[in-house]
Amino acid sequence: MDKGLAGIYENLVKYLLGIVAVTSVLILLLIFYFLIREGAGLFSHVSLPGFIFGTEWLPDAEPPRFGALPLITGSLVVTTGAGIIAISIGIGIAVFLAEVAPRSVREVAKAVIELLAGIPSVVYGFLGLTVLAPLIKDMLNLPSALCAFTASIVLGIMALPTVVSISEDALDAVPREYREASLALGATKWETTWRIVVPSARSGLLAASMLGLGRAIGETMAVLMVAGNATLIPHSIFDPVRTITADIAAEMGETVHGGLHYQALFGLGIVLFSITFFINMVTDIVFARTSSKRGAS
Amino acid sequence: MENKMETRKLSVYYKNFQALYSVDLPIQKNAVTALIGPSGCGKSTFLRALNRMNEVIEGTRVEGEVLLDGKNIYDPRVDPVALRKKVGMVFQKPNPFPMSIFDNVAYGPRIHGIKKKTDLEQIVHKSLAAAALWDEVKDRLYKSALGLSGGQQQRLVIARVLAVEPEVILMDEPASALDPISTAKLEDLIHQLKQNYTIVIVTHNMQQAARVSDYTGFFLNGELIEYNTTTAIFTAPREKRTEDYITGRFG
Amino acid sequence: MPAAKRLKEQLGFSALAVLTCLAIVPVLAIVGMLAWKGWPALTWEFLTQPPRKFLTQGGIFPAIVGTLGLTTGTILIALPLGIGTAIYLVEYAGKNIFTRVIRLAIINLAGVPSVVYGLFGLGLFVLTLKLGRSLAAGALTLGFLTLPIIISTAEEALLAVPDDYRHASLALGATKWQTIRRIVLPAALPSMITGAILGISRAAGETAPIMFTAAAIYIPSLPSSVRDQVMALPYHLYAVATEVPNVPDHMAFGAALVLLAIVSGMNLIAVAIRTRMRLKRMR
Repeated sequence: MDKGLAGIYENLVKYLLGIVAVTSVLILLLIFYFLIREGAGLFSHVSLPGFIFGTEWLPDAEPPRFGALPLITGSLVVTTGAGIIAISIGIGIAVFLAEVAPRSVREVAKAVIELLAGIPSVVYGFLGLTVLAPLIKDMLNLPSALCAFTASIVLGIMALPTVVSISEDALDAVPREYREASLALGATKWETTWRIVVPSARSGLLAASMLGLGRAIGETMAVLMVAGNATLIPHSIFDPVRTITADIAAEMGETVHGGLHYQALFGLGIVLFSITFFINMVTDIVFARTSSKRGAS
Repeated sequence: MENKMETRKLSVYYKNFQALYSVDLPIQKNAVTALIGPSGCGKSTFLRALNRMNEVIEGTRVEGEVLLDGKNIYDPRVDPVALRKKVGMVFQKPNPFPMSIFDNVAYGPRIHGIKKKTDLEQIVHKSLAAAALWDEVKDRLYKSALGLSGGQQQRLVIARVLAVEPEVILMDEPASALDPISTAKLEDLIHQLKQNYTIVIVTHNMQQAARVSDYTGFFLNGELIEYNTTTAIFTAPREKRTEDYITGRFG
Repeated sequence: MPAAKRLKEQLGFSALAVLTCLAIVPVLAIVGMLAWKGWPALTWEFLTQPPRKFLTQGGIFPAIVGTLGLTTGTILIALPLGIGTAIYLVEYAGKNIFTRVIRLAIINLAGVPSVVYGLFGLGLFVLTLKLGRSLAAGALTLGFLTLPIIISTAEEALLAVPDDYRHASLALGATKWQTIRRIVLPAALPSMITGAILGISRAAGETAPIMFTAAAIYIPSLPSSVRDQVMALPYHLYAVATEVPNVPDHMAFGAALVLLAIVSGMNLIAVAIRTRMRLKRMR
């Protein structure tokens, strides 16, 4: 009955799996380390405020200028537009699917949405470029439809599946008793949905929105293909813009390893990483708070 | 009679909650000991302490001793895995693995190193026969165990335990999910098994305790109130609380 | 119910139904158009021949091979790490700061934009480890990108295995690892595979992470080792749509259709496995 070789083997497996599990932490630290290591050199040429608030991004000028504000603005404008589209429509669809739609419609719609989520972003970009942009150009009579508006629509469509599926889960998790209690008090289903179900699921809906925004701000290929790529601060939503992600993708090919431009692109990577890191932490805190609340009840 | 197992001042805690208070209880060899008491009285906790299955739940702490053949099973040198081979367990809900009937019964022998097909076949046959299930399943050994009825599943689970050749079998309300006919079959089986095994059974059902057991322990709020032969407990309880419980449950 | 209220409810819910249709139908229509326009390009030659005359003629065979190679590499890296991590988290990890840190790391990894993975892969694999732009560097980058998805789906699969099975096995004297290997993993396997395919199909369609780590626009010959640069379908599509002049329309649509077919095909297989499993469980 004594512990022997088998016990040692058991512990070995446990520690081995523990080491495997630490890889994720290691990867995250490595990503952080490499962004800083490759990008740090930039800041001996440009100050951090000069980088973030500088209004001119001219990597080929003499001397080159690295003001990332046009790119940051580009990302914010496009992400805001996409967020408005994805969150409002996404939550609407989720409410319809969770509360009203018959089971068969719901299952089909969920399968379709899952399929849409699986379409690669370069395909969305390609379709945006070849199908949607010409359509918008004709309809709105624009000189070119490769602008923040079109990019917002494409990104909004891409973020939609994330918002819908997480929102739907959140609405689904609202206990049936809440609905029944409200209906038993004489409320209509419509009132019950908006006064009881949606408010009860609000932290889940918030998380869905945050993740949708995170998806949109990190998206690269589609915006690179449809946003127009001008490194100027836009004055209207029909101006062409370039996002942080698109700039990295578009310019990395031309840089010299270790050069100033190369470092500047890693600097953009740091900005992007910080934004998404912030979004993830906030989402996690929102989630943790609700789940601990649920655990206590 | 000799004691197969014995607890000495056994206390069990879940985090800050004390579930058992200093229980001393002997378990006679080749006999059936029933543990009775209302829900949450600690009888299941006591049962799980006998093969250290309580350790599966995080935050459990044990004080006191549990002796198996005179040796404390909570001695740090004791391997709980080897212990559970000797002290098997049948759970409340039948829980066959999602595999064939044969593989279910052969699972234990296989993990303990038996590989030869003929040996395994022999063990499976013997165990299923001992669990009074062989005749019902001999033509479908390689079909999924999930296709069996609840009563058959529970006897399969017992066969699975027997295949490991334990010395003690712990049963945690084994009949609570079964219909009356399956329950009767199970009780017959328990009767036969006690010739070769020591059995401890937790039950809610007074009639069942009276029918199958030789000794009975009555638990209340984590304490052992009374222990005696089953006949004595049911006909002449010494404690008022035991009598109230038994008469209340019978009435 | 008063008539006004009833009307409001019916109007409201109808509006939501219309919204759902308006959001889904046009997207499906555009995808359908892709199929329609790309279909004529799908000849045997297009699928099995290398490109000629700087992508303006010939086929996309090297890009298909490159994508399959990158996907295989992704599987080899992400699957063992992901499933191992999930087993640790579900079966072994206690509620402590160590576990919390791992979970936080996974959540954040899942949110790191794919282009940042590209930068990371460039810095670590291509330059520091001197793998160069290669199949190996691209597969490693995609493998790490896919890791968080594999972990979370494998975790869900393990959590769905009832504790009854674990307890029964432990009570028979099985060790923890024996229980995991012989009972828990087989029971969790189908949903693990489903999740893994979904994650890997995403990697197959990624462009930004391989732009700086693996992909090249025009390599008519097939890769001969993992140190070679490769063509890849997503990058090829990007190139013919934006960077390379004079590519006939139908060839671009054809490439998009093939990419979509590979990715959706993987997704359909995953969904089919899951559906079969559900039906089996109901029986």
